Amino acid sequence: MEWRKQVNMKRELKIFDKPENVKRFLGFFYASLVVLLIVDFFIHKHAVFPWEEAPDFFAVYGFVSCVALIFIAKLLRLFIKRHENYYE
Amino acid sequence: MNNLIPPSAIFIVGALLVPVIKGRLKSAYMLLLPVVAFITLLKMPEGKYWMVHVLDYDLVFGRVDKLSMVFGYIFTIITFIGILFALKVDDDLQHTSALIYAGSAVGVTFSGDFFSLYIFWELMAIASTFLILARRTKASQDAAFRYILVHVFGGLCLLAGIIIYIQNTGTTEFSYIGLGGIGSCFIFIGIALNAAIPPLHPWLQDAYPEATVTGAVFMSALTTKSAVYLMARTFPGTELLIYFGALMTAIPIFYAVLENDIRRVLAYSLINQVGFMMCGIGIGTQLAINGTVSHAFCHILYKALLFMSTGSVLHMTGKIRCTDLGGLHRTMPLTCLFCMIGAASISAFPLFSGFVSKSMIVSAASHEKLVAVWLILQFASAGVFHHAGIKVPFFTFFGHDSGIRTKEPPLNMLLAMGIAAFLCIAIAIVPGPLYHILPYPVDYVPYTGAHVVGQLQLLMFGALAFCLLILSGYYPAEMRAINLDTDWFYRKGGRLFSMVMDRVLNGLNALFERVFATAIPAWLGQLSRTPVSSLVAVYMRATGKDRIAIEEFKRETAPEATSLMPMGMPVFLGLFFVFSLFVVFALV
Repeated sequence: MEWRKQVNMKRELKIFDKPENVKRFLGFFYASLVVLLIVDFFIHKHAVFPWEEAPDFFAVYGFVSCVALIFIAKLLRLFIKRHENYYE
Repeated sequence: MNNLIPPSAIFIVGALLVPVIKGRLKSAYMLLLPVVAFITLLKMPEGKYWMVHVLDYDLVFGRVDKLSMVFGYIFTIITFIGILFALKVDDDLQHTSALIYAGSAVGVTFSGDFFSLYIFWELMAIASTFLILARRTKASQDAAFRYILVHVFGGLCLLAGIIIYIQNTGTTEFSYIGLGGIGSCFIFIGIALNAAIPPLHPWLQDAYPEATVTGAVFMSALTTKSAVYLMARTFPGTELLIYFGALMTAIPIFYAVLENDIRRVLAYSLINQVGFMMCGIGIGTQLAINGTVSHAFCHILYKALLFMSTGSVLHMTGKIRCTDLGGLHRTMPLTCLFCMIGAASISAFPLFSGFVSKSMIVSAASHEKLVAVWLILQFASAGVFHHAGIKVPFFTFFGHDSGIRTKEPPLNMLLAMGIAAFLCIAIAIVPGPLYHILPYPVDYVPYTGAHVVGQLQLLMFGALAFCLLILSGYYPAEMRAINLDTDWFYRKGGRLFSMVMDRVLNGLNALFERVFATAIPAWLGQLSRTPVSSLVAVYMRATGKDRIAIEEFKRETAPEATSLMPMGMPVFLGLFFVFSLFVVFALV
């Protein structure tokens, strides 16, 4: 009963405050990635473009485009970043 | 049929009564308006209604077909959700303008002629401006001012196009227009501005984050999507739209990654999503148009859901910047859940609404063998998950603990988010009803093994990139800064323009003041008082002589004119001249 009272009083969700829960979440995440890579080989594909049939094309494309996105954005920041009161 | 009131009138006339009604009755009344409008929509078979004959032209307030019906439905649904979300707001200005705004958007949707379209179009711009003004801060006043100026410009482009169109065709009714001729170009620019096609987009990311918490929900749903409707009506299959649409999906993501204000991140992702729709309209096949319309339908729901959940955070904490927020899942778990449902939907996760609609547009691109466009759309799909799908929930509800401890928002807000979240999932699980109301028959199966796995790979490995970059510290740090966009041209350019005008016009003004108001009258005054000595002075200055014989003329004490020129003499001469003319003419 003690813990329930505490939860009710503070009304806070604390599952991600514990490092082992975050680790568990990340572990689950990485595992699902591996599953997705493997499942891809057993899927019947009806592609329009030839490269869509390449194994794990979308995984590579998703990863590469997000990394590219971040690095281009960082580069862009050099040119477009201004102080918050720039227009004042 | 004609005895029914048009749905737009239900909202607009209904809005005027809002300030009069008080208390619980007002809440019930406001919620009732979209319900009544929805029932009216259900009873409207296809055809043209509410035709009014004015000055040789027919105004059509009810052009009902499948295309306009879809937008009519979703605008009415989102108005209900938006009103429910805003129910506790004690500000009649917001309620009234939101209802008029919604009514005008519905009016645009069912307009069959350019006159009524233009009136509703402008009414929409004006009513939405009040949703920004109602925030009542200096920043919002300024943003509202820029917003209305930009929309007046867009409205004038549309009007110019309309006038040329009517001049050429002799009718105000419109349907497919297509690019060709100056008139259609103006109409295209007018619609493109409201659809936020780059470079005409910056008004959106400038104004929406400055709107009120509840106002932004309406704004995210109505202005751009009514432009999508109109574009799909008038310019389907315009090739230019494919390329602008593809650019529109890609460019805003870079900004969204860097942006600090959460609602501005959402504004950028809104532009990105409308880019998909523009691309679909540009492709113009039945599959593409179906994809565009269904994507607009889903998009309105999940974008409103995202604006509602982040708006709830702003409402409860007063903060909206990534740098100020974090760790709110502890105290706002439900809001967090709703935000994540919205995020999953916009990212087009399987079993969330974006999946069943966006994929139609992407498939249409691949069917038409548009390689580069297809690659950009896939890039943008991964990118949108990156910023709207992960960044928004992560930096708001997870990430570092900002130390903020707050509560869930009021029940009506949670309920509104709950309805939107429910619809986002329901549409994805049972897409049949949505597919049924689309303009063309649907022969599309979203849930194939290849599609589900491909989409999941794209998204999850995008998430992996986010994860690794965050952990390694390469992810661009959130910072208190703004990023330049094309609004720089009119915000800084406007200032430059006003400065140049100030210098040039006011300089000219001062010069003319000096010459014509001071120097010349003074000289003339001097001349009339002392004509001879003034002329002598001029003569002396011109010839360089410093002395002249008639020294006494320099005396300025007594007016010279009276002594030198007796008044009677010229009058007598004049009269004599006239009389002699009379005599000459009389004799000859």
